[in-house]
Amino acid sequence: MAFRTPTENLAWLYFQYLLVTGLYVLEPWEKSIFNSVLLSVAAMAGYTSYVFVPVHLRLALRFFSDVFGGQAESAVALVS
Amino acid sequence: MTESSSNKLLNGDACQRSSKDKKSGKNGFVKNHCLFQQPQKYRRLREKNHNVVRNPSLYNKPFVESFEETPLLVAVLTYMGYGILTIFGYLRDFMRHWNIEKCSVAREREAQKDFVPLYQDFENFYTRNLYTRIRDNWNRPLCGVPGSKMDLVEQVSYDYNRTFQNTGKIMRNVINMGSYNYLGFAENVGKCADAAIEVTKKYGAGICGTRCEMGNLDIHEEMEELVARFLGVESALTFGMGFATNSMNIPALTGKGCLILSDELNHASLVLGARLSGSTIRVFKHNNMVSLEKLLRDAIVHGQPRTHRPWKKLLIVVEGIYSMEGSIVRLPEVIALKKRYKAFLYLDEAHSIGALGPNGKGVVDYFGLDPKDVDIMMGTFTKSFGAAGGYIGGSAELIEYLRSHSHSAIYATSMPPPVAQQIITSMTTIMGEDGTTLGADRLRQLSENTTYFRRKLREMGFIIYGNDDSPVVPMMLYMPAKIGAFGREMLQRNIGTVVVGFPATPIIESRARFCVSASHTRETLNTALEAISEVGDLLHLKYSRYQPTVTPGMGWMSEESYLQD
Repeated sequence: MAFRTPTENLAWLYFQYLLVTGLYVLEPWEKSIFNSVLLSVAAMAGYTSYVFVPVHLRLALRFFSDVFGGQAESAVALVS
Repeated sequence: MTESSSNKLLNGDACQRSSKDKKSGKNGFVKNHCLFQQPQKYRRLREKNHNVVRNPSLYNKPFVESFEETPLLVAVLTYMGYGILTIFGYLRDFMRHWNIEKCSVAREREAQKDFVPLYQDFENFYTRNLYTRIRDNWNRPLCGVPGSKMDLVEQVSYDYNRTFQNTGKIMRNVINMGSYNYLGFAENVGKCADAAIEVTKKYGAGICGTRCEMGNLDIHEEMEELVARFLGVESALTFGMGFATNSMNIPALTGKGCLILSDELNHASLVLGARLSGSTIRVFKHNNMVSLEKLLRDAIVHGQPRTHRPWKKLLIVVEGIYSMEGSIVRLPEVIALKKRYKAFLYLDEAHSIGALGPNGKGVVDYFGLDPKDVDIMMGTFTKSFGAAGGYIGGSAELIEYLRSHSHSAIYATSMPPPVAQQIITSMTTIMGEDGTTLGADRLRQLSENTTYFRRKLREMGFIIYGNDDSPVVPMMLYMPAKIGAFGREMLQRNIGTVVVGFPATPIIESRARFCVSASHTRETLNTALEAISEVGDLLHLKYSRYQPTVTPGMGWMSEESYLQD
């Protein structure tokens, strides 16, 4: 469907969201409960990943570089 | 029910059995004697058109039926939608239980709270929490003849469908895509209506008696003779109610020690009749002859459970057109099976009589078969004939037996004379005995409309079910919210449709069902189609992954040529 304005486009997307999730048939207060739960879960997920993902990434990087990276000099046997 | 899964299951079943036979070979089966058992392996490519003719030699025309598979994503989203609605249903039930919210539906009385709960099963939960939310789509009062256009009483609900109020306004000229008015005989003007008025003047409207008492009028006898002639059977018996024709006559025909083989999608009246009869009921997969044959063979080989006495009677119960799937019974194959295994056949032509066949004589006429091959021809006058009641046609012996044994014939008040006259006039019109081509025109118009409507919907990309020649056109909606949204959006565009959800269909296969009528003009259909397309875009209903360039007819042809190569 062709839309004139981005607002209409957004409205259509929201309508599709209502239809797919079944919110279309719910009463407004139920809609707002569902939306706020969904939004807060999404926000929490976003925040958690913002806080913890970099740390985990850094740790993982260090771990893997320890495993696969350059070996310590003491581990190298001198063969002459 | 997705057709493919049922197919797979069946094939699995069949394979299992045949392998067992191979190993043991002692339970009485002789392999390869089945009429229709065919190994069907890995037809992934043709999945979509899997319902192709298996025994083309029995058909005199292409038999094209399609049940496109539900797209996986849609199925997942539908279940998710039901999940969300269920969660909110539980929330609302919780609130009602603790009196946070006022309960407006039936519930246990305080004095009976320790009794067995009455309103706790799934159906009740569904009615309370899902159906009520969108029930403005059903039970709307009409205030006029439901012909090709109708007038609706406008209703509003200020409390989310708990109660409705009339606004006092009338929605005029709503296009009616929902009535079973296949031949357009639901009308308040014209020959049929005039004749009915004349008869009312002569006989009055009510009878106040049963057929065996003071309620047997000459007009009834005339009607029965006409029905028998129309069907091409020896004799016919008519009843005042279509539903009761099924539910009261099956118990008269079968009883304990008989076996009823019933299609899984048979109408509630047939199911009720079968249960009332006290016979054993076995259900075969919808329109699946392999399944039917397996049941028949098992019934004959094993007989009754425990005693292993042979069954007294085997009765196959099928419908002509299945009203929710739009599919047509594979009658030539059913008759071949019936003859081979010496079973009786009960054919319910509720939707097909008048609507199918070159002469409007139902599914027997459609396939060009002999009506004598069907033992019990049942049908209703409520649809194509625009009247009320039902009939049973068959041999003279059968009809005499039913006349004295069927509850519906003995205890029910006989049919009102105006209704009988409506049936007589519409039937003579269809047969062309009134000297006009009006009936033939209507039949042609119906078949043209059906083809046109189905083709257009398919081209638009909707998933529609059923046979190409069936005037019942189910269009898949799937998601629960879309049931409500489709009905409301269509009504806003001044088109009345029937949307169907769970108890009538499997839970994920919600659909809108259009019934094409001969009274729809091309313009009416175009208006409706435009609106459907618009709503389809709005609600994202064009699920089909089918390429409109390949018509199903060509699919059938290529299948044939493929076999020849």
